Amino acid sequence: MEMIPLPQISVGAIAPELTLVAAAMIILMLEVFTISKGRDNLAYVALAAVGVAGYLVIESLGSPMTTFSKMYVVDDFSGFIKLVCLLGAGMTILMSVKYTRDEGIDGGEYYSLLLFATTGMFFMVSGADLITIFLGLETMSISLYALAGYARGRLASNEASIKYFILGALSSAFMLYGMSMIYGAAGVTNLHEIARIIGQNKENIHLVMLGGGLVLIGFAFKISAVPFHMWTPDVYQGAPTPITAFMSAGPKAAAFAAFIRVFSDALISLQYQWWIIVWILAVLTMTVGNLIALSQENIKRMFAYSSIAHAGYILVGFTAGGKLGESAMLFYLLIYTFMNIGAFAIVAIVGQQGEERTSVSDFAGLGYRHPLLGLAMVALLFSLAGIPPTAGFWGKYYLFTAALDQGYVWLAILAALNSVIAVFYYLRVIVVMYMREEKGESLPQNAFPASIVVVILVAIYGSVLLGITPGGYLALAASSSLAH
Amino acid sequence: MNQYIPVLLMFAAGAGVAVAMLGLSELLGPKLRFREKMEPFECGENQVVSPKRRFSVRFYLIAMMFIIFDIEAVFLFPWAVVFQSLGLFGFVEMMIFILVLAVGLVYVWKKGALEWE
Amino acid sequence: MEMAIFLVMGALSVGFSLVMILARKPVTSAMSLVAVMFCLAVLFALQSAHLIAILQILVYAGAIMVLFLFVIMLLNLREKEGEESHTKGYGQIFGGAIAFTILIVAVGSTSMSGSPAGLSSDRFGTTAEVGKILFTKYILPFEITSVLLLAALVGAVALVKLRMR
Repeated sequence: MEMIPLPQISVGAIAPELTLVAAAMIILMLEVFTISKGRDNLAYVALAAVGVAGYLVIESLGSPMTTFSKMYVVDDFSGFIKLVCLLGAGMTILMSVKYTRDEGIDGGEYYSLLLFATTGMFFMVSGADLITIFLGLETMSISLYALAGYARGRLASNEASIKYFILGALSSAFMLYGMSMIYGAAGVTNLHEIARIIGQNKENIHLVMLGGGLVLIGFAFKISAVPFHMWTPDVYQGAPTPITAFMSAGPKAAAFAAFIRVFSDALISLQYQWWIIVWILAVLTMTVGNLIALSQENIKRMFAYSSIAHAGYILVGFTAGGKLGESAMLFYLLIYTFMNIGAFAIVAIVGQQGEERTSVSDFAGLGYRHPLLGLAMVALLFSLAGIPPTAGFWGKYYLFTAALDQGYVWLAILAALNSVIAVFYYLRVIVVMYMREEKGESLPQNAFPASIVVVILVAIYGSVLLGITPGGYLALAASSSLAH
Repeated sequence: MNQYIPVLLMFAAGAGVAVAMLGLSELLGPKLRFREKMEPFECGENQVVSPKRRFSVRFYLIAMMFIIFDIEAVFLFPWAVVFQSLGLFGFVEMMIFILVLAVGLVYVWKKGALEWE
Repeated sequence: MEMAIFLVMGALSVGFSLVMILARKPVTSAMSLVAVMFCLAVLFALQSAHLIAILQILVYAGAIMVLFLFVIMLLNLREKEGEESHTKGYGQIFGGAIAFTILIVAVGSTSMSGSPAGLSSDRFGTTAEVGKILFTKYILPFEITSVLLLAALVGAVALVKLRMR
């Protein structure tokens, strides 16, 4: 029998993914084979895996390669986003240690699902082929559906899981249908090859446009762009707070990365068709997100709408495109991870057991009862609002100047107006924290374990100090963009 | 086209047997229909509870696990066909695939998800 | 002959799809979906995609439809609940008509002459051919699938088991 020629594969390229999957499986085995006392330490197994994966990703920076029959690509772009995802995962794991204990959540599956979700993101951002991207997306999404419903005692968490699952499955169907049309028109699934074939041959352009449109809807859902954002408030509000923090950072960054790769590589010849759609999406997403956030009483829901608005800002950078736009997006995704997860960590502390205290009014007097915590929240909210000299300000500044640079003056103006609206609802929390008369009692001493303090310190570093000296990270973001 | 004829015959035979069984029992069997007989059978007792109530979520879990391992098994078909020409490479590849899912099997087993209690 | 089978099976699958959407009873819809799967399986077999044809029956018409029927049975939808959606369907019909038109235009303007790149062989789709490329070119997606399945398994067990305790 003749032998089939074997493909050239380089296992070293997927070492970070292998680390994460192996750790997830080890955690599962530890979960079922060890006595319950040892399970508290599973978080640190997961954290170690995140650290090792981070080391491996950093090692791979600067040496791009394509392997696995051109289905998997290692480049600085994927490396940067992977580091953002790992940062999000690491901070989430740290803030989950106390949360899972308080809520009586079994650790094992929780942490392994977090690692599976991160693995999915890795394959999404490194996917140079529609199939790899889709499988990564599904691995990430399925893990997130389960994680959203993990607080089994709370009805809101069950609701979040079901809503996320049904709408997420629908959006995956849209994306898969779109991909199948692109495949039907081009005959290949490799992103470069698609670009080459549809660039040469305009015959099947209608089918590619329809397919591209459906894929766009799929991505718009994952990054919760208006009008595909309906799931976001309910899911963010109902999911366990650390999972909400996780969902708002890594998965969004990964979806943006795959979005960029598909549209600025495979569908680059349709650029003039899709940029106008992305322009409209950006404006709608910013405006609707910010306006609805103004009237929210639940703080998790408010952050859900605020995260929609932030996706809109990032879409501004996407519309601008080019090296400037892309590096601004990458930089923003990084600092957004810091500040948003930090803010959610504080929400988790204040929320206490059962997430009973998640309305904005529960923050009343917090600034006096816990001055340091209040100060941290102020810093993070300033950064989210984009007030100088925080990192949030620089992030927005680079996004909007990228738009101006490409001549999208109106888009930049609308984005700037939107950031002014956003200041209102972020300031409202600060006003409640300091101006409203004190009513609640102090948080118990054990509300501040070292793990969550580390998360907040890292977040402060990323959203304040990084704003004062953004140079190094900005240079890294610039060198990581796909465009040249 | 001729190679499909055995498959078609199989289908025809399968469908035929099913239709014949239902049809013949309908034709030949005695038919006495009254209200009580159409109700779910509960050992001759009158119906106590409505059969329309919520079932344990475990049914879904079993069905889910069945699908997942079914999909795993399905990948074995093409692998078996080309096994010899893939050599060691194919063997290792499939073993990794099975190992990952075997971890899943051990997990559900030890977790007690296969027990009904 | 092939054309005749294609036309019959194509018409049947469209017909059963319509029954699936329009049927009042969820069980009727599910069984029509099984019929659609069978018709599609025949269409795949016509393209000498034997593996996909069998998968269509084993996995979709078999395993996945069993799950669907489970859900229908266990959810206990009363017939009335199914009927509500039929009272005002003009929006759906309108939307469906637009989507259908767009699809027809896009697919109609597509040239069907070229075969997919790299798949010129007539035998493409047979089990051996699928095996050859699945386990060489597509090795990475194949292995990711196992991780995907494991994540789904863990997610399902975690959610269900937790509720049981």
